[in-house]
Amino acid sequence: MPNIKKLCLNVAVALLLPSALLAQQADQQPKPSKHLESHIGNLTGHSEAGAQLYYRYCWGCHGARGNGDGENAPYVTPNPRNFTQATFKCRSTPTGTLPLDSDLFNTLYRGFNFTNMPSWKTLTAQNRADLVAFIKTFSARWVSEKPGEPIQIPPEPALTVESIKHGGELFQKLECWKCHGQEGRGDGPSAATLTDSNDQPIRPYNFTTDNRSKCGKTNADLYKIFMTGLDGTPMPSFADVVKPGDAWDLVHYLRTLQVNNKSPELTLWESTPEGKAIVEAKKVENTNTGSGVKP
Amino acid sequence: MGTKRVVFAGLAMLAASAVAFAGPAPAGGTVSGKVTYEGTPAKMKPIDMSKEPSCAKMYTTPQLAETVVTGSGNSLENVVVYISAGAPDDPAPSTAAVFTQKGCRYIPHVLAFQVNQELKIQNEDQTSHNIHPLPKLNREWNKSQPPGTPAISEKYDKAEIFPVKCNVHPWMHGTFAVLKNSHYAVTGDGGAFTLANLPPGKYTITAWHESYGDQSQEVTISGSETKTVSFVFKAKPY
Repeated sequence: MPNIKKLCLNVAVALLLPSALLAQQADQQPKPSKHLESHIGNLTGHSEAGAQLYYRYCWGCHGARGNGDGENAPYVTPNPRNFTQATFKCRSTPTGTLPLDSDLFNTLYRGFNFTNMPSWKTLTAQNRADLVAFIKTFSARWVSEKPGEPIQIPPEPALTVESIKHGGELFQKLECWKCHGQEGRGDGPSAATLTDSNDQPIRPYNFTTDNRSKCGKTNADLYKIFMTGLDGTPMPSFADVVKPGDAWDLVHYLRTLQVNNKSPELTLWESTPEGKAIVEAKKVENTNTGSGVKP
Repeated sequence: MGTKRVVFAGLAMLAASAVAFAGPAPAGGTVSGKVTYEGTPAKMKPIDMSKEPSCAKMYTTPQLAETVVTGSGNSLENVVVYISAGAPDDPAPSTAAVFTQKGCRYIPHVLAFQVNQELKIQNEDQTSHNIHPLPKLNREWNKSQPPGTPAISEKYDKAEIFPVKCNVHPWMHGTFAVLKNSHYAVTGDGGAFTLANLPPGKYTITAWHESYGDQSQEVTISGSETKTVSFVFKAKPY
């Protein structure tokens, strides 16, 4: 009796295996994998464990198949991320490439300001690593491609008034103001018509609110935002057109636009008569005061 | 041997397209024809470039949107005519496909090129553009290109037709058609197209238009004959 069972099993396996192989060959597009890992520092996340968490915490918005169509999705603006596209805003890697596991892991910890995506720091680090592994099962790109090579960030040079001023010149030259506005209020001439890659309206970041930017609050986070671009949004990558040293100057200047966020850059800027006048003028909300005052 | 022949065919095709109508008739069959429309196409709206003075001053009359461009004799321009089935994949040519931003327009409005062919994007304007192609199968990237910066060099590894836009200037909207083989054409004024150098066989010819969708026809080529194929799109009045 047990022999017959064993025989049946063998036959079944023998029949199934070649058909599975054939199916794989017939389909040129790689299928999303069911079993993936994530690696963040010493942590290893497992997609099987992540699935349990996903179908408890995430699918209400991101949907059962990860394509962003959960039952809450119609009420959520901006729309929940569609993981099947494998396009992510906050990355350490160049535009058009997959992010590092640690980028997704940090996003889960941080959450997204101005959106319905909360911080998941109440979960354990292992939980978050497992979720990152599971999110990757929704797109075959995680099987066929490797994450991009993270961009190189040179050490931050000393903060000087000159670096702030040079950053201000770059803000003009690179035409950041076209969307973000001359005062960084997110009200530039192109702001009103911006749409994301799913044709949904999207607003440029308003530097004058005291909120941190979407992808983190450190100077290095700010550096990464404009050098990698926020994929899936109108924010492009400037990596090909801004030199690393210039990029730090721009970071220093952007900090002075955050007039309601006390930073060393703002303090230094306000210590100069010129900077003080500009910052004071900007603090008057909903007026044009300060427009035309060039840094 | 097979690969060599394909490479040779690709080179021959390139040479043939370079000499256009002046040279001798190329070996193999040819599919040629015309793309037209019937009905009344929507009137293209003038573009308001007042938010970009450096471009606005380049024109004396307002530029029209290029979603539907028609020419003489009811011809339809900017239609990509290509072989969607029946032809083997060709290796990418060594020449780059060039996409130019000039006067806050895309030149050409529809750019067709091959899988893995170099795509060169250049900015001739006095303003920054961001180039944001929106593929679904290929990788989506988005790069800034201020005035005077070097051309961006990219390529796509999957066949796909998708829009490209500039977020800063919302009227700038074009198309990249990434194709698997070298037998393709984009129609201009007159709507004529010629797909040359086709070995005997059965082909599916597809015509794609950004607003009117696509349509296909089967063609069988034997010897060095020339077959005529016509595509008629139904114009949408809105």
